[in-house]
Amino acid sequence: MTAAASAAAGVLALALLPFALSAFHVGVATEILIFALLAMSIDVLAGFAGRTPLCHGAIFGTSTYVVILSAHAIPLPLAMLAGIGAAGLLALLFGVIAVRTSGVYFLLLTLALGLIVWGVCLRWTAVTGGENGVRGDLRQGWLADARALYWLVLAAGTVLAAAMWRLVRSPFGLTLRGIKDSPTRMQALGHDVARHLLLAFVASGLFAGAAGALYALYNDFVSPTTVALPQSVEGLLMAIAGGVGTLFGALAGAALLIGLELFVSAWTERWPTVLGLTAILLMIVAPEGLVGKAGAIMGSRRSTGGIR
Amino acid sequence: MLGFQLLNGFTFAALLFVVASGFTLIFGLLRIVNLSHGALYLLGGYVALAVSGWTGQFAAGVLAAMAAVALAGLALDQGLLRFVRGYELRQVLLTVGVAFVLNDLALVVWGGDTFTVPTPEALTGATEVLGVFYPTFRLFVLAAGALVFMLLSLLIHRTRLGALIRAGVDDAEMVAATGIDIRRVFLGTFMLGSALAGLGGALGGAFLSLYPGADAEILVFSLAVVIIGGRGSLLGAALGALLIGLLNTFGQVWFPELAYFVVFGPMALLLAFRPFGLFGRPA
Repeated sequence: MTAAASAAAGVLALALLPFALSAFHVGVATEILIFALLAMSIDVLAGFAGRTPLCHGAIFGTSTYVVILSAHAIPLPLAMLAGIGAAGLLALLFGVIAVRTSGVYFLLLTLALGLIVWGVCLRWTAVTGGENGVRGDLRQGWLADARALYWLVLAAGTVLAAAMWRLVRSPFGLTLRGIKDSPTRMQALGHDVARHLLLAFVASGLFAGAAGALYALYNDFVSPTTVALPQSVEGLLMAIAGGVGTLFGALAGAALLIGLELFVSAWTERWPTVLGLTAILLMIVAPEGLVGKAGAIMGSRRSTGGIR
Repeated sequence: MLGFQLLNGFTFAALLFVVASGFTLIFGLLRIVNLSHGALYLLGGYVALAVSGWTGQFAAGVLAAMAAVALAGLALDQGLLRFVRGYELRQVLLTVGVAFVLNDLALVVWGGDTFTVPTPEALTGATEVLGVFYPTFRLFVLAAGALVFMLLSLLIHRTRLGALIRAGVDDAEMVAATGIDIRRVFLGTFMLGSALAGLGGALGGAFLSLYPGADAEILVFSLAVVIIGGRGSLLGAALGALLIGLLNTFGQVWFPELAYFVVFGPMALLLAFRPFGLFGRPA
């Protein structure tokens, strides 16, 4: 089977999934798709440009806030575009500040920038409602149906994932990989490293914003938790669990983490502890991602090394 | 009123310096961004609360907090970080995991209520400075911050251990090659940095109070201090703490809802010109 054919088969299988699931589990599957998009947008930077960000939860959640707040005044499709645009602008701002650094400094800087967004959402109560958050009114008409929303998210997600795939396979994406391996060499070859990284950051932010806009539809509620650090960490862990640099592995990572959350919530309310332990274990045991780890154990394929 | 606000800024800066100095020491020497530093701060605060409650001695609470958090640092370094040695990003994400676990367990033990570490009799009440009556305990925190700065400066610039730390920041491999056990210097620094988080927690627990989420607030301020000051720079941390402390105080007075912009706007502006902070160098 060619890559295109197996991708089409995968999407078809996902499209048929709601017929086998209850409405509740269709909701869970929708959430997995949305977070897989967030994790993919992180992987564009972490896996292909070699810059690991910890601010994508904030970019994602900014879009969610803008969609829910502006949908009171303008039609929903426009509100979603406004959300994606806001995410892109925020990513541009963050990118201008962060792209000159790399490694752990980049991570730290993006973390601090993301925390500012969280602080603003928490304190600016007149607009964001503070800790109480804002309730939306988006799930009306056919959107109220869980299956219809799932198919909408799947359709949008397929287009977005294909766009990300094209991006990382394009000459632009190849340049990014060159920058990941050796920024100084790419600079010497005449590539404008900072501009490429900035463009990659903005593209990644737009994709994260699209995921955040879909999340506004799904959740119909937004609070500072949506832009908080755990959201950024969870997205990054999904990308890592799926294997950084694999792009579509993020879907497996998202399914794993959200499935785990659903599973442990039946036994305990201590999800942050479970998430923290998952992060610790993942870093020690399988930083190359679970798919890569399984492959390495079977000896069938070379591990990509994962996050360093 | 201005004098009062200035003192508020300086005392908050002193607390920030105590917490951020530990962070920047560890970041500078071990290249570990310890994102559980805020959780260690909160842990220190709760330990100080418990111990000063049992013994009735604030000093005992402070010492217990420093010792307990230094031991937590030892356990973190030897029990977990040793498995990801040399991988910067894995180390950071591992400490994020530790922060989540610690905070969640603190929530189980101490619940969601707000606590304040009781201060000793001698430090309650107010003292007149700059023409205003100001809480004595906050002046004590200011003095403690200045003392920590002086002691750390002496340690770094006047002792053999300090010379090793400075050499390790520049080139750890060369230090190891001269026959010095750099791992022990690393471990000692990690425990010292953690103890400073514990001290910060004990002081901050009496000054700002303890609640779930206090760790994230102190962490974001400490990150800003270290980012402004530059990796591993004590003087940078002091200047960064003063800047953030004053901006935060006046920001809250003048623009209460947008205080965050007032604090972090200048940080972003500075980074546009000096991406590695005032005294930092590329890693």
